Amino acid sequence: MNIVVCVKYVPDATADRHFEADNTVDRVGVDGLLSELDEYAVEQALQLKEKGDGTDEITVLTVGPEQASDAIRKALQMGADKGVHVVDDAIAGSDSLATSLVLAEAIKKIDHDFVVCGMASTDGAMSVVPAMLAERLGVPQVTFGSQIEMQGKEIRIRRDGDAATEVIGATAPFVLSVTDQSGEARYPSFKGIMAAKKKPVETWSLADLGVEAEKVGLSASWTQVEDTAARPPRSQGEIVTDEDGSGATALAGFLASKKFI
Amino acid sequence: MSGSFELSREHEEFRRSVREFAQGEIAPYAAQWDRDHHFPVDVVKKMGGLGLFGLTAPEEFGGAGDDGDFTSLCVAIEEIGRVDQSMGITLEAAVGLGINPILTFGTEEQKQAWLPDLVAGQTLAGFGLTEPGAGSDAGATRTRAELVDGQWVVNGAKQFITNSGSDITSLVTVTARTGTRENGSAEVSTIIVPTGTEGFTAEPAYDKLGWHASDTHPLTFEDARVPEANLLGERGRGFAQFLATLDDGRVAIAALAVGCIQACLDMSVQYAGERTTFGVPIGSKQGVAFQIADLEVMLTASRALTYRAAAMKDAGRPMKEFKQAAAVAKLYATESAVTATRIATQVFGGYGFMEEYPVTRFYRDAKVLEIGEGTSEVQRMLIARGLGLPVE
Ligand SMILES: Cc1cc2nc3c(=O)[nH]c(=O)nc-3n(C[C@H](O)[C@H](O)[C@H](O)COP(=O)(O)OP(=O)(O)OC[C@H]3O[C@@H](n4cnc5c(N)ncnc54)[C@H](O)[C@@H]3O)c2cc1C
Ligand SMILES: Cc1cc2nc3c(=O)[nH]c(=O)nc-3n(C[C@H](O)[C@H](O)[C@H](O)COP(=O)(O)OP(=O)(O)OC[C@H]3O[C@@H](n4cnc5c(N)ncnc54)[C@H](O)[C@@H]3O)c2cc1C
Repeated sequence: MNIVVCVKYVPDATADRHFEADNTVDRVGVDGLLSELDEYAVEQALQLKEKGDGTDEITVLTVGPEQASDAIRKALQMGADKGVHVVDDAIAGSDSLATSLVLAEAIKKIDHDFVVCGMASTDGAMSVVPAMLAERLGVPQVTFGSQIEMQGKEIRIRRDGDAATEVIGATAPFVLSVTDQSGEARYPSFKGIMAAKKKPVETWSLADLGVEAEKVGLSASWTQVEDTAARPPRSQGEIVTDEDGSGATALAGFLASKKFI
Repeated sequence: MSGSFELSREHEEFRRSVREFAQGEIAPYAAQWDRDHHFPVDVVKKMGGLGLFGLTAPEEFGGAGDDGDFTSLCVAIEEIGRVDQSMGITLEAAVGLGINPILTFGTEEQKQAWLPDLVAGQTLAGFGLTEPGAGSDAGATRTRAELVDGQWVVNGAKQFITNSGSDITSLVTVTARTGTRENGSAEVSTIIVPTGTEGFTAEPAYDKLGWHASDTHPLTFEDARVPEANLLGERGRGFAQFLATLDDGRVAIAALAVGCIQACLDMSVQYAGERTTFGVPIGSKQGVAFQIADLEVMLTASRALTYRAAAMKDAGRPMKEFKQAAAVAKLYATESAVTATRIATQVFGGYGFMEEYPVTRFYRDAKVLEIGEGTSEVQRMLIARGLGLPVE
């Protein structure tokens, strides 16, 4: 079975991150990488492929700026077979609706049996793209899988909710999203890194997908970020010094004032 | 490859991958393993999964084949050693002393029998050269192997042997006298002794100053019998063989030292920015900042020497040239590492003496770098000889 894995290129959370003048995340001027949560999607696809008959092919798909090819390369280094990079200036500023439109049109052009996504991106973190993709592709969604089993075209996943754990199933084609509990992602080996150099990556524009530029981008997006503000720095904690045995009372008083007790 | 020591993009990407592995799988537990003197077999196997033991091995044994090189092995050792010197030496010894001799001198049968599991990190091999009476003077080997009825019968003792007694050690190769030459000198050969051979015992692990999570044992052989086919390489070539083995190992040890210096630098920069005395961070005092500047110099120089030697190896430069570069890198990087740990612990003040911070562990771990795989004195001897000096 052929698998498409959607991976997002996100700003590196350990480096400097900032917004652009129009309140969109600066994705060009910062260090980026393959979203950590999407590594789990790649890992699950690889594991499903490894259990297969060896004819399966994994295509990684990303929608993002020039440097987003880094995310594809990392997935190829992990073991995916080929990459598709949709890049077009008109896409900048797209919200999840617009992004999912571009992704869905690209997926339609790739020979596949099902789609795997991460549970959320680590920057936008809406967690809605997989559901939107399922809707646009007209296939079932099996999302937030923390344990994945597949037999032929049948998939069963465990979904851990706050109150209950569900087991849900579907038949390919479908859109699967997996959580960070689904299994540790592998690290690229040197062999994998060298092999990735020879794997094919195609670059598509909106025109290649037949998507009109007016349907995507900041202006076509339903959501608009109006304002952003940095979180105030954490204030210094209050230190209770127990000098005369009144420490416990002072501590209790503090907790009560914050309505903890 | 030109023999230049610029690392390629792929080497740098591999560095990032090993760094993430080391941060995720080793760094959080290194202090505990050190305290418990615990050798983490499961992590060795994970390192195997990442392909670290196969970077210089052919594809047919599960290695990286033509894609791999010695430089990538040095990158891996440096990055593992940056968070844990014990796991760094485990990798270095597993490849340099365990896999290398079999790969270089083994017969096809020996390679098929042992290499796949060694390359996969499922098993480890030790290399037994040093003896109670033969270290720097390795030619003084007293261990004997006698050919009796188609079997080598090994008797003697080895000491300080890395990876020789772990739960996954599958064999040790040992140097032994197999006869006397016409001129009266010893004929030394190398023999593969599988774990579990009757008469071969890995004695209880040493209580060491550092490298607590690395597996080191004394070995005894009392009429340990192995098939004649376990001779590794040519009979009587044991001495020449281990000398060849040690050249590569020296560069790999230098890479381990680079990891140590990098760790010292990272820890010192961070601590000097955080710790305040007299109302300012200690890093604003020249007395502290200048010492840390020296760490940067040692790091840059050691790294350059190490990867230069590695690049020479990968480019197949003449042996004489490489040997000299290897000894220079080993000597400079390891002595710098010991100095770097002394500086870093000084930057940490009293905490430099407490096991609360990793800097203390690095201090204990560094010393042996100047001793193993040829002491500093031996390196100086080799370098002087390389210069044509008549040093004895
Ligand atoms: C506060 C806020 C600010 C935003 N700022 C910006 C901005 O500055 N610039 C901007 O472009 N967008 C911005 N967005 C929109 C958002 O980042 C995009 O819509 C995003 O591409 C899709 O939504 P998500 O990241 O929340 O994905 P999620 O729904 O959280 O992602 C789930 C999964 O969908 C897949 N996926 C998502 N995006 C992609 C992709 N691009 N390529 C391949 N697979 C993908 C991955 O598998 C991922 O794990 C913002 C959104 C919010 C809420
Ligand atoms: C943790 C650890 C792991 C090890 N792992 C292995 C292993 O896996 N396999 C293995 O075979 N060995 C191993 N060794 C042994 C190591 O290689 C030897 O300890 C080292 O080569 C020194 O030998 P020695 O201990 O006999 O010291 P000696 O040779 O007795 O040296 C004592 C001192 O005299 C100096 N000296 C000796 N000869 C000269 C000379 N000609 N000129 C000037 N100075 C000289 C030395 O430099 C040193 O300072 C390990 C050692 C340690 C500590």
